[in-house]
Amino acid sequence: MSEFLQQLVNGVTWGSVYALIALGYTMVYGILRLINFAHGDVYMLGAFFGLYAAQWIGAADHPTPVRAFVVLVAAMLGCGAVGAIIERAAYKPVRRSSRLAALITAIGVSLLLENGGILVFGPNPRFFPQIVPSSQISLGHGVSISNQQVIILVVSTGLMFALRFIVLNTRVGKAMRAVSHNHMAAALMGISVDRIITFTFVLGSMLAAAAGVLVALQNPKIDPLMGIMPGLKAFVAAVLGGIGNIPGAVLGGLVMGIAEVLVVGYLSPSYRDAIAFVLLIVILLVRPTGILGTQAAEKV
Amino acid sequence: MIRRIIWTLGTLVILLGLNLALPRILNPYLFQIVILCGINVILAVSLNLINGFTGQFSIGHAGFMAIGAYGSAMLSLHAGIGWVAALTAAGVPPGVAEGAALFAALLAGGLLSALAGYLVGLPSLRLRGDYLAIVTLGFGEIIRVLILNIDAVGAARGLPGIPGWVSFFWVGLGGTGVVVLALNLARSSHGRALFAIRDDEIAAESLGVNTTAYKVLAFVIGAFFAGVAGGLFAHYLSYLNPNSFTFIKSIEVIAMVVLGGMGSVSGSVLAAILLTLLPEVLRPVKDYRMVIYSLMLIVLMITRPQGLLGSREIRLGSWVGKLRVARGAG
Repeated sequence: MSEFLQQLVNGVTWGSVYALIALGYTMVYGILRLINFAHGDVYMLGAFFGLYAAQWIGAADHPTPVRAFVVLVAAMLGCGAVGAIIERAAYKPVRRSSRLAALITAIGVSLLLENGGILVFGPNPRFFPQIVPSSQISLGHGVSISNQQVIILVVSTGLMFALRFIVLNTRVGKAMRAVSHNHMAAALMGISVDRIITFTFVLGSMLAAAAGVLVALQNPKIDPLMGIMPGLKAFVAAVLGGIGNIPGAVLGGLVMGIAEVLVVGYLSPSYRDAIAFVLLIVILLVRPTGILGTQAAEKV
Repeated sequence: MIRRIIWTLGTLVILLGLNLALPRILNPYLFQIVILCGINVILAVSLNLINGFTGQFSIGHAGFMAIGAYGSAMLSLHAGIGWVAALTAAGVPPGVAEGAALFAALLAGGLLSALAGYLVGLPSLRLRGDYLAIVTLGFGEIIRVLILNIDAVGAARGLPGIPGWVSFFWVGLGGTGVVVLALNLARSSHGRALFAIRDDEIAAESLGVNTTAYKVLAFVIGAFFAGVAGGLFAHYLSYLNPNSFTFIKSIEVIAMVVLGGMGSVSGSVLAAILLTLLPEVLRPVKDYRMVIYSLMLIVLMITRPQGLLGSREIRLGSWVGKLRVARGAG
């Protein structure tokens, strides 16, 4: 039992990282109907920006909570800027072409970030400095949690609530919801659709950057191709929860994280990458709109 | 009818001629690129049947290729080598015996992959667009993870020792076969039905097109040829590794289809050759080549989203016709 609880703790931690990445996918999909394949690579960039920020301010040698926070914020700002550039330079010009052309562009951007990353950061894994010294906290019954896991949980929950506040309680959030509902009508109501789309990319990229830094805290080995698998799986998590649906992305991420940890713990680590897709196919066959998705009526 | 026989025989003679000539003219490096071009042509045209003709979005083509590759390789390893030995002992020339065994292996790989295509095509009854894309992506990844976990096919170590029976003739035959099939399909009523589904599924359905059957058909034919391409790949390299069939491989094939133009067979052929050559041409700038490759992909999509040829075809016949008209006028 205590082993199961321990797995659950690990699964929820890992799942909240998936949830953070999945939020970016789901927001972009909700607003553009585009699978942003480059999103996983933005997560990778987040980890690297964090690494450089940590080296810059010396968070590696003298870890303090303030410095760790600065590293997180720097990575998020850097990736926010990258997200805006990607949207303006690559996605905006293909917005009026077919969705397939947009998808190929996204794949192109993903390849560009990966190979550009290999060029700039080097092909070998780098070590993310210990900006938070690790320690274990016992929860009783033989279950323990590391302080890094606590940080992951607290930061990701905080960011999710911040996102929820932005989307539901601010003017820009209202505009985002309007644009995702109908571009034309939103534009007619005086919303600058272009600006809202860019803002959505910035938000999503910032969340992915936070996920990158949080993961690097726990698994300090980072490399330019680290974003491919988590990116794909986070996307699957978004579909699982119902793509375009923000609470769905969080739920999907958590389900995915827990399922993965349980498969690794009780079945075989080598099936880790398959469980995500098996879950996905089962969900899509049983409930094609995802767990929390709603069926849109088809116009004939 | 006689014309058709002449065309078929002519093609076979040209392929056999090239089969003899190419290994002598080209150095092994260039020859390998020619073979890979041929395999990629088969992959791109077969994916075009699903994505370009029918408008179903599949991003799991590497999975079908893997099934064909491993299926045919296992057949050759466990039975094909024995057949070749038995046939040559019975006095059949080794070339013919190997050809027959390879043909059987390719057919088996193709059929196995077609069966998988049928199974993946079935969910397309319920799923559309992006959701279907994700299922095919998941399918491709599941196949790869399964191969990684099955010890009988070598798991992560890979599968060595596959007989290297593939010569240019077989790759050329597969390429010609899939191109002719696709062009004929495009002109038939079945092809029209596929195009109708792509352009407007609801309208096609209301006009009595059995959309479900045709979507599954497209998946089955596409998967069959992807399996054949996989078989050729296996019997050319003599070694298989699950890492050859990642999500990236599927993406490469999609890039070929989209670059050539959705629904354009000649476009797929052209793009498959271009995209196979491009990384090789960029080899001198090695560190930058993948960066340039991805940048070109983005720029092409921005400047020419319909692909190089759009939905047009390059037709030999029309050129011949134009030449005749020009001569007649002169």
